[in-house]
Amino acid sequence: MNEMTTIARTTTLKDWETDQEVRWCPGCGDYAILKAVQRTMPEIGTAPENTVFISGIGCSSRFPYYMETYGFHTIHGRAPAFATGLKLANPDLDIWIVTGDGDGLSIGGNHTMHLIRRNLDCQIMLFNNEIYGLTKGQYSPTSRVGTTSPSTPYGSVDRPAQPAAFALGAGARFVARGFDVSKELPNVLKAAHAHKGAAFIEIFQNCIVYNKDVFEDFAAPKGAEDRQLWLKQGEPMLYAKGTKGIALDAEALHLKTVDVVDGDWEGAGVIVHDVTNRSVAHMLVEMRFGEFPMALGILYDDPRPTFEADVVRQNKAAAEGKTADLQSLLKKGQTWTVVEGGPEL
Amino acid sequence: MLQVRKIQRQIQKMATAVEDRADERQSPLSDAVVVRFAGDSGDGMQLTGGQFTLSSALAGNDFATFPDFPAEIRAPQGTLFGVSAFQINFGSSAIETAGDAPDVLVAMNPAALKTNVPQLKQGGLIIADEGEFNDRNLAKAKYESNPLEDDSLAKWQLLKLNISQLTMDAVKPFGLGNKEALRCKNMWTLGLALWMFDRDRQPLIDWLNGKFAKDPNLAAANVAALNAGHAYGETAELAGPLKQHHVDPAPVAPGLYRTLTGAEGIALGLVAGAQLAKLPMFFGGYPITPASAILHHLSRLKEYDVTTFQAEDEIAAICSAIGASYGGSLGVTSSSGPGIALKGEAMGLAIMTELPLVIVNSQRGGPSTGLPTKTEQSDLYQAVYGRNGDAPMPVIAARSPGDAFECAIEACRIAVQYMTPVMLLTDGYIANAAEPWKVPDLENYDAFPVEFLTEAPEGGFKPYGRDENLKRPWVKPGTPGLLHRIGGIEKEIDTGHINYSPGNHQAMTDIRKDKIDGITVPDQIVELGAEGGKLAVVGWGSTFGPIHQAVRRKRAEGKDVSHVHIRHIWPLPANLGELLKSYDKVIVPEMNTGQLKTVLRDQYLVDAKPVNKVSGQPFTIAEIEAAIEGAL
Repeated sequence: MNEMTTIARTTTLKDWETDQEVRWCPGCGDYAILKAVQRTMPEIGTAPENTVFISGIGCSSRFPYYMETYGFHTIHGRAPAFATGLKLANPDLDIWIVTGDGDGLSIGGNHTMHLIRRNLDCQIMLFNNEIYGLTKGQYSPTSRVGTTSPSTPYGSVDRPAQPAAFALGAGARFVARGFDVSKELPNVLKAAHAHKGAAFIEIFQNCIVYNKDVFEDFAAPKGAEDRQLWLKQGEPMLYAKGTKGIALDAEALHLKTVDVVDGDWEGAGVIVHDVTNRSVAHMLVEMRFGEFPMALGILYDDPRPTFEADVVRQNKAAAEGKTADLQSLLKKGQTWTVVEGGPEL
Repeated sequence: MLQVRKIQRQIQKMATAVEDRADERQSPLSDAVVVRFAGDSGDGMQLTGGQFTLSSALAGNDFATFPDFPAEIRAPQGTLFGVSAFQINFGSSAIETAGDAPDVLVAMNPAALKTNVPQLKQGGLIIADEGEFNDRNLAKAKYESNPLEDDSLAKWQLLKLNISQLTMDAVKPFGLGNKEALRCKNMWTLGLALWMFDRDRQPLIDWLNGKFAKDPNLAAANVAALNAGHAYGETAELAGPLKQHHVDPAPVAPGLYRTLTGAEGIALGLVAGAQLAKLPMFFGGYPITPASAILHHLSRLKEYDVTTFQAEDEIAAICSAIGASYGGSLGVTSSSGPGIALKGEAMGLAIMTELPLVIVNSQRGGPSTGLPTKTEQSDLYQAVYGRNGDAPMPVIAARSPGDAFECAIEACRIAVQYMTPVMLLTDGYIANAAEPWKVPDLENYDAFPVEFLTEAPEGGFKPYGRDENLKRPWVKPGTPGLLHRIGGIEKEIDTGHINYSPGNHQAMTDIRKDKIDGITVPDQIVELGAEGGKLAVVGWGSTFGPIHQAVRRKRAEGKDVSHVHIRHIWPLPANLGELLKSYDKVIVPEMNTGQLKTVLRDQYLVDAKPVNKVSGQPFTIAEIEAAIEGAL
């Protein structure tokens, strides 16, 4: 987010749609995410020409072709590096990175880490479907242990990466979670955009062909109340219609679920969500689903100066008072003049 | 004073040797001297060599240098692999190589003597620090007996000095610790060298005072060591009738001069290129030897609208540069062989999306990690062919530090005028070597300002529409009305939409090839000799010096041989095929196993014969002379 892009501009969903035929599989979660983004952009109020979607390779990375903005479909895993160069070249642009679990955490894990560490102002949407879709279904770095796939016919044995925990570990100042069909997704996107700095959003996305309904255990509408904890700044961490909550076991230093009787969440020790509390954020991203509900929404949000702003500031300071006279730069250092008949010192 | 008399004798012998050689050869090198400083990595030989170079410049000599140092930062002291050397060839006429064989070898320890003395010219002078020739160091250098004491060095002149002790004595008044005091040895040696060649000490004294401004005592100690070395020689002169050796200034074109290394040449050329294109420059780099120096130079030039970015890896370095080009800056990245290999996929994307980009490759010995600090020209295949798919890309090769400046400007010009990545080849030798450089007048360079597309032209905006050069428009994100998407998937002609159809891929592949083939490059000239004849020696890059001198010598002997040196490796100059066919024979000396040779054979069906060397050392003039003799 920056000054130029905050200038209000009235657009509608239609203004953000391209004439390109969308090529995802029918029923893919990507459709819902695309619509959510296209619906959210008018609310954010940025101008399409100042918006750039940058992606790597994979199903999710086709995203830029469907947004009526500037877009760059780059190479596998490297979108953060292109975004960094582009943002440094023009800090006024509003940059959205679209990546997946394979693109952003496997081949491009290094770049994701450094983008977050540097805190480049951009939004990173990591579509996590726990599978390689475009290459026909191999297990991915977020696949659960035991995932059978063409490359793991006997089940995968390696433990999965946790995207939100990875991001926070890399130094993220904004970490959020949502899922493809959630009505809350636009709010998560808006908060990510409002955050100045690298905003990391893990979006659980249903791969209808290769990993169908892998998130149904918490995303299914039926009983969602009991399995989803939507975090809201300043509000107690309650779920299951307020009958359960998250409390801190202060001695063991971990979170626990507690029953809330007659709405007395304070008495039950339920903690209030503070998006700037990094210690609690570390516990939330690690909270194991099953034992706990799935933590969703804005898990952490505490801005810090951005990379591009610091680079621009340093460039300006270093150039201050110096004239950019290249001819005199060429003459810098010890020189000597040769006149007819020999040198002159 | 026995030693003093000895030095007098040695120096006179050496001067005589130089004159003898002049008589015997009558070559333009007649009044040239090659000095090689060799010591332990920690002895400061690169610094000594660099300052001696500066003094040669100030004395008006032409010169060429060859820093030769180990890949290890602090190799174990006294070992053979820890030897660091700096060779300089200076003279009163045109100097184009760092010299084949040294006339003088300064050896600061046994290991330095052992690794460098085989190259010393017969009858050449060895100045050895005998204080370092103790049992321990002799064992480390794998000497069974002390070469200073046995007759093994008989074919050379030997001057033994206890430089360590003389230095300790000279800096005694300053109360330095033993270790610190011995660090002044290189300045003592430099002082002696300055005296030997009749050089002014003041610029070095000024330099030392500046360098150690924060520690005046240390500065004074170093100056004292320098003066003591000089006085040692001077005393020798006063005590006898002998003269020092004075090398007259070289007759060079009048003008303002400075010393320039290849890394400086490239950095300055890139800044000039960006200015001529009227663009800000974005440089994405990752540390790698010997390319890092370019990043270091540029990172200090913020006021020239240069943004430098040390990326997390080689891939991110090039990708960030492409991202910046997409945003309207001139994206530049730089590396050496292994890093260039990592950047290959991204180069393909820049070719596919037709964005300008300059990729500097400071070549080193390969494959893999290879020889990080040694020079080679073995990335030509990688530059011309090293990408997946049909991915044509212009390639330019610099021949010297000064030429690197010109080539960098040329690379920027082609990149923006044709919307294409361009690879600029240099090598470890050019990157580190210094030469005197006549400061160019920027007024003499034609600007090539970039015009971004800012509104839809008549007939509508086509992201992959083309001009007469087949260049597509450059549109900066942020421009209203020209929103579009680009990427690595095959593009539809004109629209740039995704299109996998057979006819479209054929047509787009042809367009990408035709665009690069159609780049205007200057016709190939003959550097020395005539168009047509018995033999052409065809080179590229840093082999220029030895080829040029060898051809000059052979022509002086009446041989029909010409020197052709190719700057534009891809696309090749339009007249090159005809030119090569005008010679009976063509030989191609390269520091690889025959890469340009293969390209020339492929392009022109000429019987180009390879002359190859991959020892990590540049060709000597004698080696090229022998190749010419063999071919004629």
